[in-house]
Amino acid sequence: MDRVLRARTSKAESEHILDVLEERRRGSDIGHALRTYSAQPYRGATPLSVSALNRMVQESQYLRYIISEISAESGEPPEVVKEEAVSILEEMSQNLQLSFIRLMGFALTKVFKRLFTSIRLHQAIQEHPVILMPNHRSYIDFLVISYIMFTYDLSIPVIAAGIPLMGMSLVGEILRRSGAFFIRRAIGEDKLYWAVLSEYVRTVVRTGFAPLEFYVEGLRSRTLKSLKPKLGMMQMILEPFFKGEVYDITLVPISISYDRVLEESLLAHELLGVPKPRETTRGLLKARRVLEENYGCMHVYFGNPVSVRELAKGRIQRNQYNLIPRDLPLKLSAELQDFVGEVAHLLVLLQERSLVLSPWSLMALILLQNPDGVDWNTFTHKTLRLRTLAAQLGARIDWPAQLPDSEVMSSSMALHHSIVGSENGSVRLVEEAGPAPVTEEEAVFRRASVVLMCASYRNQALHVFTRPALVAVAMTTAPSYSKDDVFSRFCFLQDVLANEFVFMPVHAPQDFEEGCSGLLRCGVLSIYEGGLRATEEEQDIVVFLRAVLEPFIETYQMVFRVLCEETFQTFTEKKFVPDIRAAIVKLFLSGEVKSYECLSSDTQKNALSALVRMGAASKCRVADQTEYRIDQSALRRIRDTLDGSVVSKVPLFSRL
Amino acid sequence: MASNTDISERQRSARQRLRIIAGHLQKSEGNEHTALSAQECKAETPRSNAAKVTAVPKRRQEILKWNGWGYSDSRFFFNKKGQAEFTGRRYRLSGLILPSLKDWFEGTFGANLQHKTPATASLNVSAVPPPNLNELFVEELKTAGVALSTDPEDRVFRSHGHCLHEIFALREGRIGKIPDLVVWPSCHDDVVKIVELACKHNVCLIPYGGGTSVSSALECPPEETRSIVSLDTSQMNRILWIDEKNLTAHVEAGIIGQDLERQLNESGYCTGHEPDSMEFSSLGGWVATRASGMKKNIYGNIEDLVVHIKMVTPRGVIEKSCQGPRLSTGPDIHHFILGSEGTLGVVTEVTMKIRPLPEYQKYGSVVFPNFQQGVACLREVAKQRCAPASIRLMDNEQFQFGHALKPQVSSIFTSFLEGLKKFYITKFKGFDPHHLCVATLLFEGDREKVLQHEKQVYDIAAKFGGLAAGEDNGQRGYMLTFVIAYLRDLGMDYYVIGESFETSVPWDRVLDLCRNVKERIVRECKERGVQFPPLSTCRVTQTYDAGACVYFYFAFNYRGLSDPIHVYEQVEHAAREEILANGGSLSHHHGVGKLRKEWMRETVSNVGLGMLKSVKEYVDPNNIFGNRNLL
Ligand SMILES: Cc1cc2nc3c(=O)[nH]c(=O)nc-3n(C[C@H](O)[C@H](O)[C@H](O)COP(=O)(O)OP(=O)(O)OC[C@H]3O[C@@H](n4cnc5c(N)ncnc54)[C@H](O)[C@@H]3O)c2cc1C
Repeated sequence: MDRVLRARTSKAESEHILDVLEERRRGSDIGHALRTYSAQPYRGATPLSVSALNRMVQESQYLRYIISEISAESGEPPEVVKEEAVSILEEMSQNLQLSFIRLMGFALTKVFKRLFTSIRLHQAIQEHPVILMPNHRSYIDFLVISYIMFTYDLSIPVIAAGIPLMGMSLVGEILRRSGAFFIRRAIGEDKLYWAVLSEYVRTVVRTGFAPLEFYVEGLRSRTLKSLKPKLGMMQMILEPFFKGEVYDITLVPISISYDRVLEESLLAHELLGVPKPRETTRGLLKARRVLEENYGCMHVYFGNPVSVRELAKGRIQRNQYNLIPRDLPLKLSAELQDFVGEVAHLLVLLQERSLVLSPWSLMALILLQNPDGVDWNTFTHKTLRLRTLAAQLGARIDWPAQLPDSEVMSSSMALHHSIVGSENGSVRLVEEAGPAPVTEEEAVFRRASVVLMCASYRNQALHVFTRPALVAVAMTTAPSYSKDDVFSRFCFLQDVLANEFVFMPVHAPQDFEEGCSGLLRCGVLSIYEGGLRATEEEQDIVVFLRAVLEPFIETYQMVFRVLCEETFQTFTEKKFVPDIRAAIVKLFLSGEVKSYECLSSDTQKNALSALVRMGAASKCRVADQTEYRIDQSALRRIRDTLDGSVVSKVPLFSRL
Repeated sequence: MASNTDISERQRSARQRLRIIAGHLQKSEGNEHTALSAQECKAETPRSNAAKVTAVPKRRQEILKWNGWGYSDSRFFFNKKGQAEFTGRRYRLSGLILPSLKDWFEGTFGANLQHKTPATASLNVSAVPPPNLNELFVEELKTAGVALSTDPEDRVFRSHGHCLHEIFALREGRIGKIPDLVVWPSCHDDVVKIVELACKHNVCLIPYGGGTSVSSALECPPEETRSIVSLDTSQMNRILWIDEKNLTAHVEAGIIGQDLERQLNESGYCTGHEPDSMEFSSLGGWVATRASGMKKNIYGNIEDLVVHIKMVTPRGVIEKSCQGPRLSTGPDIHHFILGSEGTLGVVTEVTMKIRPLPEYQKYGSVVFPNFQQGVACLREVAKQRCAPASIRLMDNEQFQFGHALKPQVSSIFTSFLEGLKKFYITKFKGFDPHHLCVATLLFEGDREKVLQHEKQVYDIAAKFGGLAAGEDNGQRGYMLTFVIAYLRDLGMDYYVIGESFETSVPWDRVLDLCRNVKERIVRECKERGVQFPPLSTCRVTQTYDAGACVYFYFAFNYRGLSDPIHVYEQVEHAAREEILANGGSLSHHHGVGKLRKEWMRETVSNVGLGMLKSVKEYVDPNNIFGNRNLL
């Protein structure tokens, strides 16, 4: 896996950018929709009808095992369980209709042309894709991939989508007819549901009649930051390879990024814990208003296909299934589970690698670090500096070369006029229009919502800086400059933040290396007598990098601090978000919290998950509720280590 | 002893049987090998009879190739017009022109008739290393009256089997380590004597039967420092007696398949054991490798066929005390012998089951729309336990290959496709020639039952979309199995090398295994710089209750490769790894030899390997049988 990761960074891929909409602006939309569509399924695979697919799933030996197991456990007759399975299958099953794709092709061209100036497809797919793995940033993602596949004569994928989408009248139907199948969100312990779903997915992979598209992050990321991958679906997809039922599985990471996300304001509200409207079509597109807006550019980057067989080489013993029927419902061996986890992480990292950054993500980063506004010249200067830094750290930036920089920036600002404005030569975040806030708290939330909106654009660029920034923080908070001390500080920070950023499991040394070599490349780091220290010339970069992580670390510190209070000894999952929010708002008003980002419920929840992972909190089910219990001494230890109060801080340059 | 009327009855049916054998083996009856009339067996035939009846002489070089497959007079070549021809008069294909072979050959391999890689014309005797003889051993052998030779040709002929690397080296005139001496015992007692002397003088013995090994089993271990003696069993080739009451025959182990069948046929019997190599491979070789015959569905594999085995080991002779059909006397000692690959001793005599010659034989074939359907059909046939004597399913590539072997003029040799079209033009629509595949069938028994059986099988086939495609196609399929081995030599004349290998696998994994292994071969070739996609094809050759035997062919054009054999070996190695990863076995019938030794431990477990080793240590503590196979 390291090999794959390294290969991607070192190889200078010849950029090959296509504008999908370009041709559509010139040609006829209807002609495009009706043209002969001649996608080939994979070599040797025969087309499969929905009913045939369903039948294969229903009649599978695996499902029969599970059904008799469930019937034995529950005492229900097998026929009843089977019927249940059939209805689950119906709810789930995909229904691809080419005529519908054509209609959609037509309609989408219209909509996309309205919405976006361009949809940029970076590097077309060279091989038959098998599993398409896009990141998930907007509901539009679904449609765009299918649209691209249709436009380029590639097989329309079968898409794994969440049930809430099914409820959206129009989009749900579009998805279903364009080949989506629907998955319940909280599957939990429902054994039969798992069985039907996994057999369904495996059957799609085994028969290979169409690519499968799924979101390894599980959910749409509300922060536009990569999410820790979910392993369930990944495992189902890889199983046919483990069992030799397919020769190989090709995973295609797809990185989607937006200049501007349709749901931006929705997202910020969700993050603040304002209950989100059900995902109705109207809620999604707020049709007319959305269509009137310009959303700039959408980038779709099809990464190099990854061969699972290659990844598994020398790691996976496929013969472990030789002595049992392959359909037997068995847990994966620990070896295979680890492998699934690593593959899932790898793909998220590859998605990040190929994410195309817009100038706006960089600008957002600068804006957030200057909450009181910044004058235009400084703003430009800092942004351009950041552009250089980001490029040195391997970011792909789509910065129009033919335009003067100031024009690029001002057009980005125009695109985001709802967030940013300039007043008396000072650029600053603007607040949503509307009646003036009544309470202090309301004012905080109003402000926070803009900050979080802006933060989500920054988040699209965050992965570029994470590792160097962690090293920078570690360097300045470790007890000494020795590489060992810095590294162990790095490991601690990475451990705490492992729900926040995506790291490959058991990969700290490599991440550390990567962070260090990034810093070296930017001239920030000098290694000297086994010690790591920042060069004097580039101190401001260190300061900048520390500031990148600041809002997250601060949020964690605040959450930990609040949880140390008596009232938080035990609490239910439901109450966590509102209670924490209330506590943090209080700290905010008293001036103890500085960053509005501390109000992001996502980050707060991640902080809690980190505690669970690190053994400072435990989770259990009490009467239908999930309850958390805090281990105070463990929590305090973590808090203190994070605050840096237990490590003796070495003053800067003391050893010189 | 049978009565006179019985005898003439038997002779009649024997003649019929000869015709049948000739049907799929030889050109016509009445040639030099079938000239023998059916004759009654005597319990003790005089020794001198032996050489007269055998198809392969003691001096193999008189009629066999020294660096290729089979008879010297039979080979493929491209004539001046670029048409392929098969020479000689032995086979049905002999003397015929195969006009489509060239196109198939060039198209499949990217080969070119201009680019030749001819073999070294003749064995350079001076390049053969002088023998390392144990003089005392030789002395005593001579005294005992055992035939022996140090002639370079005799020794080179017994230094190899038919693995690709072995033949390739010979073609290039490279001679590796070879036996120092060849001995020809003519009976069990001779073997006892030879083994005694070998132990006494500490020389290494390597039993040699028909030389058809495809597992490097006959290769002399390079690390062996003692004098190596090839013990050629070919002169122990008599049927010692036939027991018509129990339907068994007691046979010397050196007899080769075609002689055994012919002689039994003359008495109205057969063993029914027909491995594809039966023209040359020997009874002892079958026992030593656990061989499998094409018609095992009726007659069984070698382990089902043997009733009693006698083997000479350094510890003495091992055999059972009776011929009871089944014994509960601890682990079956036959199973130490079966598959021992010449590491424990020499099999000298075997009592084998025999059957009356079948009254009626009928070929058949079925076309399936694709390989999946074909496998599903075979699986169903196995489930209903109604497999014909033989049922084999070729994949699409092999189907196309069969098509390319269509001779120019011959009524029976109408092209496969034409044959099909003629009969099934209407029904045939919708079959994609790039997906369809063919099963060939052979039914045996009394006429009525055969016809009944045939119907049953065709009915099952129809359920899987299979269409009966005629007898000729089936017959041609089986006939081709005997000439296919000759084709490799033709390939090697034009930069094409190839080999076959096999496995056995549970039913539910047959398709996955076939697909994955074929794909692996293609990918590995590409990765290793093979310029043109290889031929990577398979067929299901045997069905069992719980699985099937799958046979792969793999060949590629090696132009541009500096070490083609190394590439070949790497790919074959990868293919075997793939087989094992997909639940296939290390071998169904070719054996382990030295080629597949590295996987033995994982195949039979540590303890299993230990058990085998301890048997070897007890039976042959000084490693007299030092061919180093298996363990
Ligand atoms: C074209 C072709 C087709 C083939 N088709 C088949 C097939 O359909 N089915 C099948 O099972 N195999 C097949 N084989 C493989 C081969 O024919 C068998 O392994 C056969 O049993 C070997 O017999 P042999 O007499 O040629 O033995 P050899 O090749 O001479 O020897 C094989 C091994 O057995 C040992 N051995 C031989 N004789 C004795 C003896 N009397 N006592 C103790 N050890 C002995 C040798 O030392 C050696 O290790 C085929 C091979 C070729 C080249």
